[in-house]
Amino acid sequence: MSSITLTNVKKVYGEDVIIPDLNLVIEDGSFTVLVGPSGCGKSTTLRMIAGLEGPTSGNIYIDDQDVVNVAPGKRGIAMVFQNYALYPTMTVKQNIEFGLVNKKVPKAEREKLIKEVCEIVGLEKYLSRKPGQLSGGQRQRVALARAMVKKPKVFLMDEPLSNLDAKLRAAMRVELIQLHKRLGTTFIYVTHDQVEAMSMGDNIVLMDKGIIMQRSSPRDMYNDPQNVYTAQFIGTPPMNIVRDLLLDNYSIGFRPEKITLNPDAGEDMFRIKGHVMTKEHLGSEINYSITTEYGLVMAKLEQEVADDCDVMIGVDYANLYIFDQNDNRTELDANIKKALIAVSAQ
Amino acid sequence: MNPTIEKAFHHVGKWINILLKVLVIICVAFPFVWIISTSFKTFPETQIFPPTLIPESLRWENYANALASMPFFKYLRNSLFVAFSVLVLQYIIIIPAAYGFARGKFKGKGLLFGIVLLGFMIPQQVTFVPIYMMFSKMGLLRTFIPLIAPFMANAFGIFLLRQFFMQIPEEIIEAARLDSASSFKILWRIMIPMAKSSVFTIGLLSFISNWNSYFWPLIMTSTDDFRTLPIGVSMLIDSEGQKMWNELMAGNMLLIIPILIIYLVANKQIRKAFTYSGIK
Repeated sequence: MSSITLTNVKKVYGEDVIIPDLNLVIEDGSFTVLVGPSGCGKSTTLRMIAGLEGPTSGNIYIDDQDVVNVAPGKRGIAMVFQNYALYPTMTVKQNIEFGLVNKKVPKAEREKLIKEVCEIVGLEKYLSRKPGQLSGGQRQRVALARAMVKKPKVFLMDEPLSNLDAKLRAAMRVELIQLHKRLGTTFIYVTHDQVEAMSMGDNIVLMDKGIIMQRSSPRDMYNDPQNVYTAQFIGTPPMNIVRDLLLDNYSIGFRPEKITLNPDAGEDMFRIKGHVMTKEHLGSEINYSITTEYGLVMAKLEQEVADDCDVMIGVDYANLYIFDQNDNRTELDANIKKALIAVSAQ
Repeated sequence: MNPTIEKAFHHVGKWINILLKVLVIICVAFPFVWIISTSFKTFPETQIFPPTLIPESLRWENYANALASMPFFKYLRNSLFVAFSVLVLQYIIIIPAAYGFARGKFKGKGLLFGIVLLGFMIPQQVTFVPIYMMFSKMGLLRTFIPLIAPFMANAFGIFLLRQFFMQIPEEIIEAARLDSASSFKILWRIMIPMAKSSVFTIGLLSFISNWNSYFWPLIMTSTDDFRTLPIGVSMLIDSEGQKMWNELMAGNMLLIIPILIIYLVANKQIRKAFTYSGIK
C-alpha cells in the first residue's frame, strides 16, 4: 500500500502541452478515478505513474521515493490495460507467472501465489488455455490476476472495462469494487465514462486539457460542482446552464432532475417560461427538452405533461447553482437572490 | 436477374475457376514431372522425337551413375554447411535488426533502414566482381567465407520481420516491461514466439535460396573442397563428353529432394506464414 504524489508535473509532446502543471496526491488505499474526455491527459498521467512515459519536468513519488528514474518493473506497481495486453503465445498460467519468473521468485512460492489469485478471480479451470481461447471477460480476469499476483503497492487500470459488453461491464464493476475492499491497495482507475467514475471511485479527479477541474467524492462531484465544466460533465443529461439572465455575466445552473413543471402558484421557486419541444420516455422517467427565451432546457422527471405545450419551469432556490464570469461556482447571496426574484417569471 | 440464369452463371464461373487452377497446376508441375520422367529414361530415350512422358522402364542406374560420377557426399556436406551457417547467422542478425527498426527510437533510423533496403535492391551481378576481388585480396577464396559472409544480412528478412514486429500492440510490450522483463527477454519470450511463422518463413526462403544458389558458388569456388551441390550437378553435363540428360536429371532430383521433404513436413506452417492476417 502506498500513496502517490505528483508535484509540478509537466508533459509536452513536441509542440503540444498535454499537462501544463499537475499537482496531485493520491492517498494510500484509496480508489481514485481519473476521469475526463479523451485527450484530457488522464491516461498520460497514469502512464507517467507507471513509468511507461517520463514527465517533461516535475517529480513523481511513490511513498517518499522519487520514481522518475526508476524502471516500470521496479516501481511496485501493476497495470491492467484496456485491450488486456496478454501475451498471446503463453498459457494463462505463464501469463500470470511471467512477472514472478522475471523477479526470480522461487517456483514453490509462485505456485502458491498463482493458486491464490486464480481462486479469487475464478480462473482455476483455464490455467492451461491460451488467451485466444478465452472470452473477453475471462481475458480481463487473466489481466487482473497477472496484476494481482505481483502483490503491487498500487494498481493502475486504464479503461479496463471498456472492451466488455454492457452487462459484463456492470458485473465486473462490482467485482473490482469488492476486490479493492478485499486487497485494501491503492487503485488508480482511468475512464472517460462518468457513470463508471461515479459508481466506482471513492475519490474522483476530473481533468480537462491536463488541468484538474475538480477533485472530490462522487457525492460532492454531483451536489457541489465547483465550476460549470464539472457541473456539465457529471449527470445525464448534464446540468442546465442559463446565461444572459443575470448581470456581470453570471450564470445559473440547475439539474434536469430537480425541475418541477407547472409548480403551484404559491410555491417559492425560480421560474422560467418554456415550451415542450420533445418528450422521451425512459421507463421510470421522462426526458423533456424545453425551449425558453434563454435557450434549451432539459428536464428529467417522473411528472408527465402534454407534448408541444407551454409550461412553467420551476426550480427551488436551494437547487440553483450560481457561477461567476469565469464559470467558477459562487454563493447564492442575498443580492443575487434579489436579482433572481426580479427576473423570475410570474 | 432470373434465378436460373444466375445459377447457370454461377455454375459456369465455378468451372472456369477450376479450369484456370488446373492450368496453373500444369504449368507449375510440368517441369517437375519432366525432371522425374527424364531421370528414369535410358540415354537413347532422352533423344527420341516425339519425346515420351512416361519412361519405358525405370532405370535406377541413372541415380547410381550420378552419385558415382561426382563426389556427391562432399558436395552435399558443403551445401548443408553453407546453407545452415547462413541460416543461423542470418537469424542472429535479422531478429535484433528487425526489432531495432520496428521498436527502437534512435537518430537516423529511417536512413539506416533505407540503406538496408537499398542493399536488397542491388542485384548480385553488380556486386560480384568487387566482392570477388576483395576476398581474393584478403586471401579468403579457398574457404567457405565467400559463400557465407555476403549473405549474413538478409534485407528482405529484416523488412518482413520488421513489418510483423510493428503489428504487435505496444501494450503487450509495455505489460512485459511492467513485468520486469528485459529487452532481450521481451524479444525472446514474447515477440519471437508471436512472429514464429514469419521467422520460420524467412529461414525457409533463405535456406532454399542458398541451397539452390548456382551463380555465386560457381564464381567463388574453384576446388571440389568448397563446391556445393548445384555446381556438382551442373558438372554432370559434360562428364562423358556428351550431354547425359538422364543422369543430369537424376542429379537434379537428388538436389531437390531435401527441399521437397521440407515442404512436405512444413506445408502447414508455410501456408500459415503467408496468410497470417494479424493478431487477435
